[in-house]
Amino acid sequence: MPVRGGARVSADTPLLSVAGLTKRFTDRHGIVDKIRRRPPPVLTALDGVDLLLRPGETLGVVGESGSGKSTLARCIVRLHEPDAGSMTFDGHDLLGASGAELRVMRRSIQMVFQDPYTSLNPRLRIGAAVAEPARVHGLIERGGEQDYARQLLERVGIRPETLRRFPHEFSGGQRQRIAIARSLAVRPKLLIADEAVSALDVSIQAQLLSLLEEIRADLGLTMIFIAHQLAVISRLADRVAIMYLGRIVETGATADVFANPRHPYTQALLEAHPRMDGSRVRKPSARTEAPSPYAIPAGCRFHTRCPLAEDICSRVDPPEVEIPSVRGGHLSACHVLPRLGEAHPPAAVSEAPG
Amino acid sequence: MSAPGTPAGNDEMLLDVRGLTIGFPAGEGLLLAANRIDFQVAAGQTVGLVGESGCGKSVTLRSLLGLVPYPGEVLDGEIRWLGEDLRVASKQRLAALRGREISMIFQDPTACLNPVFTVGDQIVETLRKRGGLGKAEARTRAVELLDRVGVPSPERRLGAYPHQLSGGMRQRVMIAIAISARPKLLLADEPTTALDVTIQEQILSLLVEFQEESGMAIVLVSHDLGVISETCDEVVVMYAGRRLEAGVRQAVMSSPRHPYTRGLIQAMPSLEVSDEPPPVPIPGQPPNLADLPSGCPFAPRCEFSRPECESVPMTLDADVAGHGSACPFVGAPA
Repeated sequence: MPVRGGARVSADTPLLSVAGLTKRFTDRHGIVDKIRRRPPPVLTALDGVDLLLRPGETLGVVGESGSGKSTLARCIVRLHEPDAGSMTFDGHDLLGASGAELRVMRRSIQMVFQDPYTSLNPRLRIGAAVAEPARVHGLIERGGEQDYARQLLERVGIRPETLRRFPHEFSGGQRQRIAIARSLAVRPKLLIADEAVSALDVSIQAQLLSLLEEIRADLGLTMIFIAHQLAVISRLADRVAIMYLGRIVETGATADVFANPRHPYTQALLEAHPRMDGSRVRKPSARTEAPSPYAIPAGCRFHTRCPLAEDICSRVDPPEVEIPSVRGGHLSACHVLPRLGEAHPPAAVSEAPG
Repeated sequence: MSAPGTPAGNDEMLLDVRGLTIGFPAGEGLLLAANRIDFQVAAGQTVGLVGESGCGKSVTLRSLLGLVPYPGEVLDGEIRWLGEDLRVASKQRLAALRGREISMIFQDPTACLNPVFTVGDQIVETLRKRGGLGKAEARTRAVELLDRVGVPSPERRLGAYPHQLSGGMRQRVMIAIAISARPKLLLADEPTTALDVTIQEQILSLLVEFQEESGMAIVLVSHDLGVISETCDEVVVMYAGRRLEAGVRQAVMSSPRHPYTRGLIQAMPSLEVSDEPPPVPIPGQPPNLADLPSGCPFAPRCEFSRPECESVPMTLDADVAGHGSACPFVGAPA
């Protein structure tokens, strides 16, 4: 399977490369299914995901519920063991790693979760919570925890005097800052933020996005930023990957993909985004919903909801097509739209070569 | 604030809320979850209550049908429904209004549907109880309703249990139940917050379509300014239980006057990658209702705050075409 993005874009060695990553979850075998000798239902969360992340780059992963974006994050940190595929991190085989090697990689890849109310131990003072990972990985001396925690808390905008308080004494936004401090404690190379700002109010969300932007610049972090809303990633992500039912359907530089979406699903996501100027022209309400990940449609997985679907779409899984773009590496897995795009090039990509 | 004419040209005033104040006991004192809230809803109109967590928008909505969660209670103000004060209405009277003249849908349809009855049972029950229909009649009407709200193969879906439906489908079922008696007013509390963005768009379109067909009014509560600006005729911006700004949607969204509204709009992430200025956060923390400053509750986070903010009366200046702001210092009309 070709590696997404290819070497064309940059000669840098990727920090993370993922190829053909597949993860299925098998449901508990119900008694009726057993008696009738039916196989247990299988949910396909990831179905051959490829991605490539260069050092210092931020990749935005966007998709709706059931698209597999969180499973992807969990596979990369090996909270889930994938069923197939390969992952290389910093030149090492991430899937084959165990023992000391895995520990080093776990340190290098850190994750921030969506819900700051459940991701912090309610009985651990925040100073201890923040310094704990560094102590476990032997990065700080015994007795140095408080100073270390103080520095980290200050870095994320939490007053260091509060380090003896408990998580419940902080608001959601502050807790998410503490969770970020904790993830930075082990000096990771890759930070995966899984819906890290989705649970927060808009005014606080913008604060956290600024913080992540600053930290990324200061520490030269590589990031995977997962969200269900395109608008949230527009500011941070250099590149974006749009996921639908376990597969990346479109990827490319964020500016290219937003200006010239070449997959009908990406277009639908952009179209559905609420407009502040109230400019939407309402169409008769559609009734289509995503199919179940227990039964991914044959052919193109989006064809059941696609306004452009043709005969071929229900039969053949579309290969990725390179889209002419300003920044390169713009791929779309669609039979129809890339072809239409050549006939009607949108004005926004007029600088594109070819 | 006067309600301007609606697109339907129907000016019948349905709901008139004045000075609504809702308190929750806390320790020795009281937390005011809503503090002197005013708004009006005319037939066919959509009014949006927008604000962040804890601003009092949901409790305000619930209070309209006497559903303030215990131990909270409405302390002051009037809730007039077609002239009748619902604050003093009997339980029986409120029960008679609920679902017939005023319906409500919530954020989490899973919590509102009974998991051990089929969707069909629940719709049919409502139709028989509220509409007085016979069994067969109610069933036919249930199929019509499910079809109307865009549930595919409605006959088959009648036999489905809530857990067999997706979140979007459950919300459609809730809407079907809510509109079954053709209410004059629908109260919608974050109806699309738990849904994916493509489904959100479908549900909002459905509500707007049904509204155009039936002339129903809607009060929509949301934290999302985008959702509010797409659907509402009038907007009320709330913060810490207070009304900070209110007016017709175009005016509030395109020329916001209160610093909080401005901040909220600037903090919204946009789809623009490079040209637009990046979202600007509002500094500071969300307000703590137990520890509000006197005067304007937004002052501690406001870039324009000054000593006089402590004694601001927190009433909207009645001004240009029903667009009022509670801030006398910033955004005064030219």
